[in-house]
Amino acid sequence: MKILTIEDLNAVREKAARMLLLREQSNAADDGRCCGLDTGTGHMQILICGGTGCKASSSHLICERIREKLQENGIADKVEVVTTGCFGFCEKGPVVKIIPDNTFYTQVGPDDAEEIVREHIIGGRKVERLLYVDPKTGHSVSDSKHMDFYRKQMRVALRNCGFIDPENIEEYIARDGYSALADSILNRTPEEVIDSVKRSGLRGRGGGGFPTGVKWGFARKSVSDMKYVVCNADEGDPGAFMDRSIMEGDPHSIVEAMAICGYSIGSPKGLVYIRAEYPLAIHRLKTAIAQAREYGLLGDHILGSGFSFDIEIRYGAGAFVCGEETALIHSMEGKRGEPTMKPPFPAESGYLGKPTNVNNVETLANIPVILTKGPEWFASIGTEKSKGTKVFALAGKINNVGLIEVPMGTTLREVIYEIGGGIKGGKKFKAVQTGGPSGGCLTEKHLDIPIDFDNLLAEGSMMGSGGMIVMDEDDCMVSVARFYLDFTVEESCGKCTPCRIGNKRLLETLNKITDGHGTEEDLKTLSTLGKVIKDTALCGLGQTSPNPVLSTLNHFYDEYLEHVRDHKCRAKQCKALLTYSIDPKLCIGCHLCAKNCPADAIIGDVRKPHIINPSKCIKCGMCMARCKFKAISVH
Amino acid sequence: MPDIKLPCDVADKVTEICARHGNDPGELINILHEAQHLLGYLPEEMQRIIARNLNIPVSKVYGVVTFYAFFTMTAKGKYPISVCMGTACYVRGSERLLEEFKRVLGIDVGQTTPDGKFSLDCLRCVGACGLAPVVMIGDKVYGRLQPIDVKRILDELE
Repeated sequence: MKILTIEDLNAVREKAARMLLLREQSNAADDGRCCGLDTGTGHMQILICGGTGCKASSSHLICERIREKLQENGIADKVEVVTTGCFGFCEKGPVVKIIPDNTFYTQVGPDDAEEIVREHIIGGRKVERLLYVDPKTGHSVSDSKHMDFYRKQMRVALRNCGFIDPENIEEYIARDGYSALADSILNRTPEEVIDSVKRSGLRGRGGGGFPTGVKWGFARKSVSDMKYVVCNADEGDPGAFMDRSIMEGDPHSIVEAMAICGYSIGSPKGLVYIRAEYPLAIHRLKTAIAQAREYGLLGDHILGSGFSFDIEIRYGAGAFVCGEETALIHSMEGKRGEPTMKPPFPAESGYLGKPTNVNNVETLANIPVILTKGPEWFASIGTEKSKGTKVFALAGKINNVGLIEVPMGTTLREVIYEIGGGIKGGKKFKAVQTGGPSGGCLTEKHLDIPIDFDNLLAEGSMMGSGGMIVMDEDDCMVSVARFYLDFTVEESCGKCTPCRIGNKRLLETLNKITDGHGTEEDLKTLSTLGKVIKDTALCGLGQTSPNPVLSTLNHFYDEYLEHVRDHKCRAKQCKALLTYSIDPKLCIGCHLCAKNCPADAIIGDVRKPHIINPSKCIKCGMCMARCKFKAISVH
Repeated sequence: MPDIKLPCDVADKVTEICARHGNDPGELINILHEAQHLLGYLPEEMQRIIARNLNIPVSKVYGVVTFYAFFTMTAKGKYPISVCMGTACYVRGSERLLEEFKRVLGIDVGQTTPDGKFSLDCLRCVGACGLAPVVMIGDKVYGRLQPIDVKRILDELE
């Protein structure tokens, strides 16, 4: 149906709101009941996570099986199966949620479909074994509201993820979707919209933290016959998946926000620059754009106004530097993604030389809700200089890997120990890397710092796009720094010397240290060279690339020193510094290690203690993994 | 173009892709995406055809192909193996996993086994960080792997 006027939009919303009512009510309800068709519930819904993480664990098969079972039982008309975006709790995926009792099943497999339908949907009895068990109390928790993982979260950018069907525009409209766009183009001037965004205090979520309203203002002021709105969906930080989840779970919020931006800066054309490695996000975004066109929310004379806007998709091809806006623009033009000096800023001369406004996905996802709920509401969340919430991809050695959203100002301790459920295997927390390869690590002493743009920067890290990798005592900080440098060297575009050659030298020095040939002089080289690269590199990638090295040097200098002076790696990660040995008192001579040794480095007669030949040992650790008597140790 | 050895139909398809994008050099990346889809990689001849159609130097095409990690000039194996080297997988041991794949297959990253069966690559984050460390073989995602599992998985595929 074509939405031509605001009345049409309201009519669609009212109709669609009825569909979502059951979900809204069940979200608010808190009575711990369990519903089933046999116990008097008339209509039920099954929400299944269709995000990339859960799909990797066959959530689409669960969906198919559940549909089959509903058909077999003749209840398909009473139970609706909805594929949603990411619920965030990836550690426990695939996630299935039952409405109206809000039961949250975790780690569901295709084989569980039959039991869920028979027991819960029909019988009204919860499938206990699929409920989440709180590791602290040992009790099962059936409603996600009462899980530590969700309790401290506040979902603004992720407001619709895991709640609506991302491929159904009407569900988005039911959640006040497109009303911010309608209100902007029908009732407000572009300047008023920009002013609202400015007053909200929203800052760019891609990493830089530049005030979004100010950026829009610059693009508005540029005079040109053509302007462009670009959505930067080239999420390159390895281990970060915030933007992908938003596009998969709530693509219409991006479409709406881009149109609002187009109206504000005076542009009729939007471009989404998205990684080709995100096939599902591309599919959902394409679907959303097609639906918006069909409903008349993209195209000519939107809602009968004089404003026209349309969106096209451009594919990235796997280059981290393309997250930098000038490099991104070159890539969209079909060239190598090399950055150029700023100024001129894209707001003056960007795509094809025309004024261009580039915003990141998460930034855009905040726009519609800022305009519907008001900039004051948004500005009331967060800290003095960082307003609103931030989405983080929590990963690494943490119990609850997943996607979380918290108000700015939440501490790392709350994120890691309450939401994240602490360190895996009860190990000791060592560090957390924020900001990916451009950021730095934060340690135990930073745990109580409120997270915001400025605090993280002051501590030598940065907010970045929102990757948060937790490390424990088994992680070697020198290796971690080397890992990030390896990434930067590979991703450096090669245009400026400090980044191209400087980072290569940094990496060589780090390799020398982890190979056991480092000297104390090398530590000085790392520090001086790192600072020079920071000061002289051309773009954001180069200027931030030494951060992982400098921050680990700063916080874990003793660990570096151990590597170069004592030739020891306390985390037992640097192979060259390790020696495997067999304790003759514990070895019973079962010969299992020798059989599994790929290098034939273990010798010994059966039933007699074996020994490892250090000159042959490739330090793969296979023997230690196989030994049933804990006779093999590593130093 | 004397040195073009691609099958005729592939060469025609590449020309067709270029034409569909208006032979516009600005569309080069989109064209390369589609062209790579034909054979799974972008051999030199294919790049020459594209350059001729778009009327740009072949060096420009080659420059773009080698700049982006997504484009490759080597043929992949029947079972393309990609070990995730995203940070989340790295801290959960993907480096050891990669070492084991290299050792068992006897090839390095970016290479294909002589029998054309397996090729080995790294990738940066498939987004299944809850399953780290993760390996993708074809379209299938293998999660929570240990070096010990490598041989078994490869045996299953053979």
